Amino acid sequence: MILNREARQGLTLISPTLVYALLLLAAPLLTVVTFSFWTQDYLDIDTTITLNNYREAWTQPIYRTLIFRSLWVSLVVTLVTVILAFPIAYYLSFHVTRRKALWLFLITIPFWTSYLLRVFLWKVILGYNGVLNSALTGLGIIDEPLTFLLYNVNAVVITLAHAWAPFAILPIFVALEKIDRSLLEAAEDLGDGAVRRFFRVTLPLAMPGVIASTLIVLIPTVGDFVTPRLVGGTDGLMISNMIQIQFGKANNAPLGAALAVSSMVIVSSISLVIFLVGKKFGGRVQ
Amino acid sequence: MRPGRAKKLWNWLAVYAFLYMVFLYAPVILLPLFAFNESTIIAFPLSGFTTEWFTVLVNNDALAQSVENSLFVAITTALVSTLLGACAARAAARYRFPGQKGVIGFIMLPLVLPEIIVAVALLVVLMQLGFSLSLWTVIAGHILICMPYSIAILSSAFQGLDRNLEEASFDLGETNWGTFKRVIFPLVLPGVISSLLITFTISLDEFIIAFFLTGTDATLPVYIWSQLRFPSKLPSIMALGTILLVLSIILLILAEWFRQRSAKRQGVEVAAGGFI
Repeated sequence: MILNREARQGLTLISPTLVYALLLLAAPLLTVVTFSFWTQDYLDIDTTITLNNYREAWTQPIYRTLIFRSLWVSLVVTLVTVILAFPIAYYLSFHVTRRKALWLFLITIPFWTSYLLRVFLWKVILGYNGVLNSALTGLGIIDEPLTFLLYNVNAVVITLAHAWAPFAILPIFVALEKIDRSLLEAAEDLGDGAVRRFFRVTLPLAMPGVIASTLIVLIPTVGDFVTPRLVGGTDGLMISNMIQIQFGKANNAPLGAALAVSSMVIVSSISLVIFLVGKKFGGRVQ
Repeated sequence: MRPGRAKKLWNWLAVYAFLYMVFLYAPVILLPLFAFNESTIIAFPLSGFTTEWFTVLVNNDALAQSVENSLFVAITTALVSTLLGACAARAAARYRFPGQKGVIGFIMLPLVLPEIIVAVALLVVLMQLGFSLSLWTVIAGHILICMPYSIAILSSAFQGLDRNLEEASFDLGETNWGTFKRVIFPLVLPGVISSLLITFTISLDEFIIAFFLTGTDATLPVYIWSQLRFPSKLPSIMALGTILLVLSIILLILAEWFRQRSAKRQGVEVAAGGFI
């Protein structure tokens, strides 16, 4: 293929970055996939191709439970995060006129503080003698501290919804900012009430942002292992904790690789479905 | 909608926005509260004011070592990822070449990939190649996840460049290198600094990749993780967290200031959205 001068210059310029990504991302990802078909033989790796790891990953109840719980938790977290984020993005885009940048800055600040400590502090807030319980008992709202707050899936959902908040707000905000305000006026002039206008004009046009936030929150949360480990208790553990154990203490890296590949394949398929459904929903109304 | 009802809705949204900010800041506000709290137990009610937990930090060799390691990792990561990010951002903004979207999309992939996948993938390769884990392996992983952020920041800097300036410089007899040094670089410098600060901050706080890829040298988050198990160590960890909090806020304000300056210098309206 003959490339023109501009294309050659562009490719040359991007090549260091691309080579880095190929060597340290593409090659490792391919290696993990290959690895998942091998077997751990005490200290050595048996490189005969086998599906045993996948058989184990998909049939052993513990792995199945963990994979399904991770997906379930991630989906709930995504739903909660995006629904909580939408009104904020809407408020910023349509109501705040001055100091928008300051608002966005304030939203991102908590996200830049130590992730480990943020998760840990949720433990302090939600614990038996935690901030929330002492406040509620102090106010006389409850007599006994609430125990359903910490060391279960609820705590994982709250903590992750907090950790991913800015990632959900920003894409929706950007999509809302792009909406041509005259379209809203047109809808009003044509007799649409506020509610109808929102569902027929604003929401469909904001859909690309909503889909982007959904995917940005959904995919990485499946792989989180700090939050389940610190606030999840035994019932809140997720697949990443098991992957970490397989690569660490259990010393069965191929099985860990199979678990990692399996969960990535499932979450990618779900993301693809969400993407296509969202595209269709957004597209039809236009 | 009648004006009265519309106003009511905005009031409700304002209340909601306030409550949401309380939710966002709840853990962050607790950090300094417990850092200056006299009691060794991290719970309310607070017992009294003390700066003891900060003085405990000073004579801690393991902590000092992890801070040193983290600084080394974060500075190297910031420099390399900004350099690689600048190449990609400039290529994307200035040139058109086949497969451009796919190439950029692939480089940006770590932004949505779970960190544990990146960590595990690199770990497997390093194991296979027989490399021993060290701070360098952590750096390799951090560069990978920082590049997308650097590209996002620098793309807007490079896109705002007026191409006429470049051509004018060539017409006036400057070479490629001279144009870069005397025209392009000064214009994107604030963006570069912003990228350096952001990637530094991300690397400094990154835990999962560091946890998988570090050998015997702990980075700061790995050290914090190891201390979270000991209740007696918690107050000093809160103090450490408070220092980190103040430092990252200063870094972020600087980064934002440079980013806005970069936009102003190019005469572009300051785009909202900041870091992402």
